[in-house]
Amino acid sequence: MKGQPRSRRGEGRISERWSVKMAMAAAAVKFWGSSRGLGRAGLPLLRLLGARGLARSHPHRWQRQQHFSSLDDKPQFPGASAEFIDKLEFIQPNVISGIPIYRVMDRQGQIINPSEDPHLPQEKVLKFYKSMTLLNTMDRILYESQRQGRISFYMTNYGEEGTHVGSAAALDNTDLVFGQYREAGVLIYRDYPLELFMAQCYGNVSDLGKGRQMPVHYGCRERHFVTISSPLATQIPQAVGAAYAAKRANANRVVICYFGEGAASEGDAHAGFNFAATLECPIIFFCRNNGYAISTPTSEQYRGDGIAARGPGYGILSIRVDGNDVFAVYNATKEARRRAVAENQPFLIEAMTYRIGHHSTSDDSSAYRSVDEVNYWDKQDHPISRLRHYLQSRGWWDDEQEKAWRKQSRKKVMEAFEQAERKLKPNPNLIFSDVYQEMPAQLRKQQESLARHLQTYGEHYPLDHFEK
Amino acid sequence: KDRVFNTPLCEQGIVGFGIGIAVTGATAIAEIQFADYIFPAFDQIVNEAAKYRYRSGDLFNCGSLTIRSPWGCVGHGALYHSQSPEAFFAHCPGIKVVVPRSPFQAKGLLLSCIEDKNPCIFFEPKILYRAAVILCLFSSFFQVHVIREVATMAQEKLGVSCEVIDLRTIIPWDVDTVCKTVTCQAPLSMGFSRREYWKCFLQAFSSHVRHCFLSNSQCSKLWLNRGR
Repeated sequence: MKGQPRSRRGEGRISERWSVKMAMAAAAVKFWGSSRGLGRAGLPLLRLLGARGLARSHPHRWQRQQHFSSLDDKPQFPGASAEFIDKLEFIQPNVISGIPIYRVMDRQGQIINPSEDPHLPQEKVLKFYKSMTLLNTMDRILYESQRQGRISFYMTNYGEEGTHVGSAAALDNTDLVFGQYREAGVLIYRDYPLELFMAQCYGNVSDLGKGRQMPVHYGCRERHFVTISSPLATQIPQAVGAAYAAKRANANRVVICYFGEGAASEGDAHAGFNFAATLECPIIFFCRNNGYAISTPTSEQYRGDGIAARGPGYGILSIRVDGNDVFAVYNATKEARRRAVAENQPFLIEAMTYRIGHHSTSDDSSAYRSVDEVNYWDKQDHPISRLRHYLQSRGWWDDEQEKAWRKQSRKKVMEAFEQAERKLKPNPNLIFSDVYQEMPAQLRKQQESLARHLQTYGEHYPLDHFEK
Repeated sequence: KDRVFNTPLCEQGIVGFGIGIAVTGATAIAEIQFADYIFPAFDQIVNEAAKYRYRSGDLFNCGSLTIRSPWGCVGHGALYHSQSPEAFFAHCPGIKVVVPRSPFQAKGLLLSCIEDKNPCIFFEPKILYRAAVILCLFSSFFQVHVIREVATMAQEKLGVSCEVIDLRTIIPWDVDTVCKTVTCQAPLSMGFSRREYWKCFLQAFSSHVRHCFLSNSQCSKLWLNRGR
């Protein structure tokens, strides 16, 4: 039956392995005089004992080993570490004044609290700016190309560039990235060539994914960016598993997992959060709360205080940040990364932002939101303009450089675009490979059957566009 | 405890987590307690695990994932401890689905699944988890008559054919005949009471031996050792 207790073998092994440390801890209990485990004095003591796993020991694990004193009127339940209360009171969810939003710059790009300024060197901040603007330029051109029938589909990242670049910059290049579909800026920051973005959108021979998926389903093994898939939130428990493997390998790597506030409603998100906390995985959950899941506004997505408020429910350290403030995103991700690796625990960052563009080329958002609303975000609170103000106030950027860079970035994108258009599509044989690691006989037969079919009826197919 | 561990109770999480481990190249063996409960993981299996290699153009894969799950009816399991859901997965290219017919097959096939470079689902027929059935009985003296009766009963009631060996001589006993049967992977039951012989034999064929203790003055009492 579901819910039957699983083998207790693991627990037996814990008590064997930890028996020496437990004896020391038990001695400490006598010294500190607490009857319910070590209490608050316990954690520093356990850290002294030097076992990282032990120091991170959840109070429940310790409680299972303790003596039960019948003279104590304290709760003995294994399921919670809490005191009794004799007043009937429901805990009020706090949605009116929710978790505060961490920011470093105001909407005009001025640093609010100088001690929070990451003091990044000019070169790095310029890279932030150029990444965000290059992404913006590429988005415009590829969105247009879909409208012109050159590619089948596209999703823009307007308004969310800050979340991508700020977080990507705070990671090591080898940290594994699991994305949703609106994280192209992470790849841009990791210097994924424009040629490969285009190749994937056009599905041409240069596409690393061999032309099999819809546009914007990028992937890159070299840059540790796991290939995007369409189903929402499926990457969340996978990212947790990858983080667990990284922990076991002592890789000093963190895994970052991006998703939207809509995907956070999926069961996979709940599964991922719970597993990450329980199994102590070095993972950063990065939620882009952009206000809409296609046409579903957040008021119809959840009733609680966003996604950040869910973290503590799982035992996860959580923060809410201004996603349009690239430094806030950077600071939060940097600190989360440092601690996730050092302490083997998950972190949840909810980056508040706004989806300025449509959900995709298949969407017309004027059907469910006002143009005024969109304009506000585009004009008054945009990550790119806020960073530009910061750069300009430092004298690191000016209008001339802006003009020159716009021209240059557009030229780069257009060149890659035109080249991608001219390339052939992959060989039709690639329809059949990689289903399994080895091609089974029945697939080979299908492959041969298609080849014969094309030989006979090839003139009815646009074979000239495909590699032979 | 970091290699074999409990997870929170969530099949979609268990399989998703296993996929993630496999993506990094490590071997993952995920257990779904009963095949009846595999459905929450259907999306992860069909949309993710099966398609990982293909959709990424072989940049990524989860080939080192094996999902194992008890399968099939045992008689009392009713709706939710008896299902055989392999057909749901049979239409899904990209995964392998395996169902062994016997414990011996199960061992080899499970190892194959684990080593296979594609995600595999290994359904373990629960009926095979039963107590080991005697396939080879050997004895001497009057116990032979008892054991012959047991062999007949096993044939009638359990549908198992047993080989009965009458040792005749206790010392020296016919090791070759017994070994020949045992190396045909028949688990065996020992029918004489000298413990020394039993111990030596145990050492040599420990994985196959079932215990059978007889005294010279009593009827046989069959002790079945649960197979590992």
